[in-house]
Amino acid sequence: MASAQPIPYQRVYVWEFPVRLYHWVNAVCVVALGVTGYLIGNPLAISYSSEAYQQYWFGWVRFIHFVTAFVFFFNFLVRIYWGFVGNDFARWTNFIPFKRAQYREMVEVLKVDVLQTKIRGLISLGHNALAGLIYFLSFLVFLFQAITGFALYSSMSDSFFPRLFAWIVPLMGGDNPVRQWHHVFMWFFVVFVIVHVYLVFYHDYVEGRGTTSSMVGGYKFEREDEYKS
Amino acid sequence: MADSGPPIWQVMQSKGYSRREFMHFCSFAAAAAGIHASGLLSVVHAFEKKPRPPVIWLHFQECTCCSESFIRSSHPIVADVLLDTLSLDYTETLQAAAGHQAEKCLQDTIKNYPGQYILLVEGSVPTKDGGVYCMIGGRTAEDILQEAAKSAASVIAWGSCASNGCIQSASPNPTSATPIHKLLSRTVINVPGCPPIADVMTGVVTHLLVFGRAPELDSQGRPREFYSRRVHDTCYRRPYYDAGLFVESWDDESARKGYCLYKMGCRGPVTYNACGVTKWNNGVSYPIQSGHGCIGCSENGFWDNGPFYQHLASFPGFGIESTADTIGTALGLTALGGVALHAITTNIRKRKVIQELKDDSLSPEKTAEGGDN
Repeated sequence: MASAQPIPYQRVYVWEFPVRLYHWVNAVCVVALGVTGYLIGNPLAISYSSEAYQQYWFGWVRFIHFVTAFVFFFNFLVRIYWGFVGNDFARWTNFIPFKRAQYREMVEVLKVDVLQTKIRGLISLGHNALAGLIYFLSFLVFLFQAITGFALYSSMSDSFFPRLFAWIVPLMGGDNPVRQWHHVFMWFFVVFVIVHVYLVFYHDYVEGRGTTSSMVGGYKFEREDEYKS
Repeated sequence: MADSGPPIWQVMQSKGYSRREFMHFCSFAAAAAGIHASGLLSVVHAFEKKPRPPVIWLHFQECTCCSESFIRSSHPIVADVLLDTLSLDYTETLQAAAGHQAEKCLQDTIKNYPGQYILLVEGSVPTKDGGVYCMIGGRTAEDILQEAAKSAASVIAWGSCASNGCIQSASPNPTSATPIHKLLSRTVINVPGCPPIADVMTGVVTHLLVFGRAPELDSQGRPREFYSRRVHDTCYRRPYYDAGLFVESWDDESARKGYCLYKMGCRGPVTYNACGVTKWNNGVSYPIQSGHGCIGCSENGFWDNGPFYQHLASFPGFGIESTADTIGTALGLTALGGVALHAITTNIRKRKVIQELKDDSLSPEKTAEGGDN
């Protein structure tokens, strides 16, 4: 069963603490925003025997959505900042394909993931080029959701911050279209979470580099003979 | 007919109104315009001293519901601001003149009172095919609008047609119906609504008469005093919304109790108007109070945001019944099915790789020997 010689692995610190923190805060926010957002769009049919003034559940759902939205947005800004000061794996250049090598890797990843061929070259230890691009696109969706969300919120707030986004309402032709698109992109997160979680498990399974646990402890593992930083 | 004539107070005196009635009228007008009690004097002053501005009221692609609404202003004396006490020189619906005589009135007003007359426009302007879809006296709507707007003191767009195109501009907009602010390079006061609330219309005109300039406008050109809040924010059913108590169908117990109509497609949360405050027909009621959701008639493109009785608009390109949620659920299920399928094929196609990984790993004995953690 086991080979004669144990294969030496190199332990690599890939995800620094701010990246991991961002990831999990973001994950909690996305889930909370998705669930509360869906409820705001389709409130549950609950009836009470008590008077209306004794209930406030829908108000709370909205409150959680709004507070989480602020956390989500500022957390995202911190991640963008870290894209400029963090380590090589966190750099913003990982997210936008500038180099030919990134495109080559994308094709490689597509072969491995979709056609399920054998891994030929080596897939980056950090974000692979395809994942990076998908994350970049999802950052654009984050931004879109934040802008449209704050724009909708601006009419019920006296605070200056949401008002910064009020310009999007006339641009998109009124609150209704803004709300519609804000709702439509909620589904992006649903699909993203399914595919993202699955692919983490998949890559962990076929690569054996500790992809899943890396977002907790920060370390990934690479065969010493294959390690290139 | 065309004269910028004596001030309103003189006209009222000559009609036998008393000073008390005049003051009464001023208070109503001030209240309608949202002017603070301390500003009442400036209203009185304006109506006593300022000459009446001539008014041109143009009708293009519209149904005249704005005019109908206006003449039902909650206090007759307030409606008189325009129809009687103002100098209404040209309006297709109400003028006595016809044909060439009417056109002459329009020309005279434009020529004799440049920079003084108020231009009210009801209806959108079709621009397709040279504007042939709305012609008056042999001229296109756009032509008439441009001429009348050039030397007007102020321009008001009455109703959703003139402000955002309303039903004629609904997809596919066969005549290229265009709201007037897109055709004019000057400030247009948009007073949307299908129709706008009579008291809001009076309020805007009163503001113009008293202060001689447009009221403060928002980013969509609407007077802030009437359009800065959502119908939802001033709705008397709002507490039911926060409590999460909703009408589920038109004939259920919740509908009888007057719960929130959000789930029945009410557009109150996305509609900016004064319905919840001023209400309609002398403050009798407004749609939500009558048990029907708001259809958002003062919002841009509200005809294309339907169906009115469901909360989410139907999703373009996927049939009438499909909303973003139907599409989204389908996508979510596809993703789930896709990854499940992928997981199965992984174990078949990648069995060699997985086996190699297993072979490469240390056997339990070796771990026990050299393991330090």
